[in-house]
Amino acid sequence: MKFLATFFSQRSAPLALLLGKLFARKVVLAAALVLALVVCVATFVPWLSEADPNSIMVTERLFAPSWVHWAGTDELGRDVLLRIVHGARYSLLIGFVTAAGAVVLGTLMGVLAGFFRRLDAPLMRLVDAMMSFPDILLGIALVSILGVSLWNVMLALVIVYTPRVARVVRAATLVLRELLFVDAARALGVRTPRILWSHILPNLMSPILVQVTFIFAYAILAEAGLSFLGVGVPPDVPTWGTMIAGSLEYSDRAFWTILFPGLAIVLTAVSLQLLGDGVRDLLDPKLKKAV
Amino acid sequence: MRFLLKRMAGATVVLVIVAVLVFLLTRLASGDPMALLLGDQATAVDIAKARTQYGLDKPLPAQFALWVGELLQGNLGQSIFLQRPVAQALLERAEPTLFLALFAVAIAALIGVPCGMAAAIWRGSAADQALSGLAMLGASIPSFWMGLILIQFFAVHLGWFPASGYGDPGMGLGQRLYHLALPAMVLGLLNSALIIRFTRASMLDILGEDFVRTARAKGLPERVVMVNHVLRNALVPIITVLGLTTALMIGGTVVTETVFNLPGVGNLVVRAVLRRDYPVIQGTLLVIAGIYVFINLVIDLLYTLVDPRIRLESS
Repeated sequence: MKFLATFFSQRSAPLALLLGKLFARKVVLAAALVLALVVCVATFVPWLSEADPNSIMVTERLFAPSWVHWAGTDELGRDVLLRIVHGARYSLLIGFVTAAGAVVLGTLMGVLAGFFRRLDAPLMRLVDAMMSFPDILLGIALVSILGVSLWNVMLALVIVYTPRVARVVRAATLVLRELLFVDAARALGVRTPRILWSHILPNLMSPILVQVTFIFAYAILAEAGLSFLGVGVPPDVPTWGTMIAGSLEYSDRAFWTILFPGLAIVLTAVSLQLLGDGVRDLLDPKLKKAV
Repeated sequence: MRFLLKRMAGATVVLVIVAVLVFLLTRLASGDPMALLLGDQATAVDIAKARTQYGLDKPLPAQFALWVGELLQGNLGQSIFLQRPVAQALLERAEPTLFLALFAVAIAALIGVPCGMAAAIWRGSAADQALSGLAMLGASIPSFWMGLILIQFFAVHLGWFPASGYGDPGMGLGQRLYHLALPAMVLGLLNSALIIRFTRASMLDILGEDFVRTARAKGLPERVVMVNHVLRNALVPIITVLGLTTALMIGGTVVTETVFNLPGVGNLVVRAVLRRDYPVIQGTLLVIAGIYVFINLVIDLLYTLVDPRIRLESS
């Protein structure tokens, strides 16, 4: 928490003003509201309602959208909207854990590579090598090796996205390292770990925040892709990806089983990226170029 | 020359790391591919025999040395399930993937470059904002979902395009491309998002240069300034991103090929993953990553030819 305090105290504007500037653009505000809505629905509806997203109603198979089932029912008579709401929990969980994991590991790698000349070449060649695999290809290879499960999908996606963060953080660290306040701190006898923790890291918060929103979005998309290929989350866990994958065979007759979960993915991913773009526009101009 | 050698050495190092990663990736996997290959009837002795045959009983470093030795002779190994060399399997599957990637890049460029230019020229206008919004939307749509929707609309509903497959063997190029129309549209439209953003950014960079102001100041028509001064200079980064998109697309076809049931490399690797056919996974990952590294290197070298400033900076 001290971190956030330093982060905000170093900005001339207080938090409220910063947020005011962020939400001055109506699109960004709308994106934030959509995300808040998605999070609230995902958190509270399954908690308030007893309805089971996996309850099978054989008599109500593949019903078209109606007043009873707003988004229709799937091949087992399960309510699509209810499953989208429950699926939001898993999809958001996957997005969040992946973004958090990749950002922690990537920041560590990026700061080390950017700050210590000696580590730069080996770490960055490793990053180059990892980034020469296409995301989804590396993802399916990793999941197939780790085994199909919710946690393994997140682990695989963390590995896939860590190099991205490392590259961005390294570029920003290279810029920061040369700035006067780092020299000043060193001249005053501040030790290296402390320089990294209290001078470099707080200034990396904005680019990191941008990466969090983007990787969050990419992870939701990637999970859907992996589940579609059969190397994602097990089919009984209702994520937006497994819902589409599970109803594939019925896409001709019951298009709504595929349409609505996909729309949920698109809406969430667009909102996350809009928010990320908004944060990027607020960036420190010194770092803007590096990021 | 020094720059050239330095870049090539860098690329070689990256390739070696890629090889180590690919090797470790498939060897750390759980599940015995030999047990899978030989089926339920196999005894422990059979499995041990097969392991010796494929060299899986040796220690890891020895296996790696063996593998790299074969690689240097152009041998990617033998597929466990397909009963043929991995290199042959890859070559057989290369055509649809290559055509799809090129077709898709063409679509992405035809949409992305003009749209990106328009967004940069009318910066801040409603058109710019709409295009930027569209670009963001493109980066938020799962490719397989868009594929399913296009199939539903253009193939099932309107019947304009085939829903899947690559046509019968022996068909002409036109028929092939016709079968690739929908998948190429999916990949092209989604990837044009990146190209729009990139074209816009590099045009804006150039628009801020002194020589653009000079050109305007000496009274050149705006159209001439845009085409001869801005676009020409912006083309270098745009071509770079097109090259990188092609490289990425070769891997990005994995999902799209599965949606449209195309017999390409992506389809090959997905099946290999589901059956734990390690040599095929290794070979495909290695070749695709290798292509990516190679294209990157070529782009860097082209850059130095086009723009001598880069050569000077790095030496």
